[in-house]
Amino acid sequence: MSTLSPGALDREADPGAGHPAAADGGATGLPPVTQVAVATLALIVAGGIYLASKMPAHVTLAPAIGLLAAAAALLIANAIMLSRAHGFAWPRFLQVFRWTLLAYVVIVGMLEYVFVYDGVRGGTLAVLTGMLLVFVLDVPLIIGFTVARYADPD
Amino acid sequence: MAQAVHEVAAPPAGAVALPRPSVPRSIVPLSGLPIVAVVIGGMVAAIATNAVWALDFYHVVGGALWTAIDLFLGLLLGPIMGRLSIPARIELSSRLMPKMALLMPTLVTMTLGAGWQLARHLGNLDAGFANHGWLVASYVVVGVMTIIALGLLEPANVAVLFEMRKPQPNGAIIEKLMRRFIYTAGITGAMQVATLVIMTKLAVG
Repeated sequence: MSTLSPGALDREADPGAGHPAAADGGATGLPPVTQVAVATLALIVAGGIYLASKMPAHVTLAPAIGLLAAAAALLIANAIMLSRAHGFAWPRFLQVFRWTLLAYVVIVGMLEYVFVYDGVRGGTLAVLTGMLLVFVLDVPLIIGFTVARYADPD
Repeated sequence: MAQAVHEVAAPPAGAVALPRPSVPRSIVPLSGLPIVAVVIGGMVAAIATNAVWALDFYHVVGGALWTAIDLFLGLLLGPIMGRLSIPARIELSSRLMPKMALLMPTLVTMTLGAGWQLARHLGNLDAGFANHGWLVASYVVVGVMTIIALGLLEPANVAVLFEMRKPQPNGAIIEKLMRRFIYTAGITGAMQVATLVIMTKLAVG
């Protein structure tokens, strides 16, 4: 059985090599948005695991804040890289991004409700909310980008 | 079959001619949304009322289905799909993937939401809990599966569904995206087996 090999995503960079219909979609020359977004997601997940492993007792927030700051920086850098992309199917990206964002706002809303319901307060709640905010923007970014990179930019 | 598939008349130069599956009116099967709403609404009610039996029910049922479906797809259906012709693969995917887009997030939400609350009620979240290390291991397992599912598989799933809706779906793009499921099948399978080990250990203390 195969496993995720290094560079597997890179090999998707040009899905239509030798395929004119695919090569026209702006799929080549785009920044590594998926890779950076997955790294962002990994940082958020790591921060979530750290906090969850300590709760409900007192949690030292510094590691979680560091992970959140790194994830937020990657998310902002990713958005800047993508905003400079040319030949990208922006209408399709925004369509998918908006609907996915709606779905994940509902999911994140439920998570926030559970945290508040369970009595999480103060700095821990603030860091968790920040992580959810990065999460709710990052996942629609990955999905929207993956769809739009294979779409017609017109 | 006939009503679901019709041949593409004129593929672009260099493109692989593919049978085009029936095009659904929406990417996500809207008829399934009320079912999802009922299931998630029940889970929220279980959390809000601190109903331990209902939380246990949601966690066990959701977790069993999540694990079984993941292993079935990764170990049985996935390899079979890999040996099918591209048109057959597209035909199967066009029917399976829209349903998966609703089913799996619902099962994951059920399992994790109810599981977290159940652990809280049973006192398993406390660092003093004898098997707390096993619980943290389950967080790591879920974290790995989350990164794979949300970072790689769900985007590929949605992109394939969009590609299939095009007048002339590009088989090369669909092939590339579907490879993500093959690349990650080993990791997902290992994580699900680890989940079974951890949960059975936690169940007996």
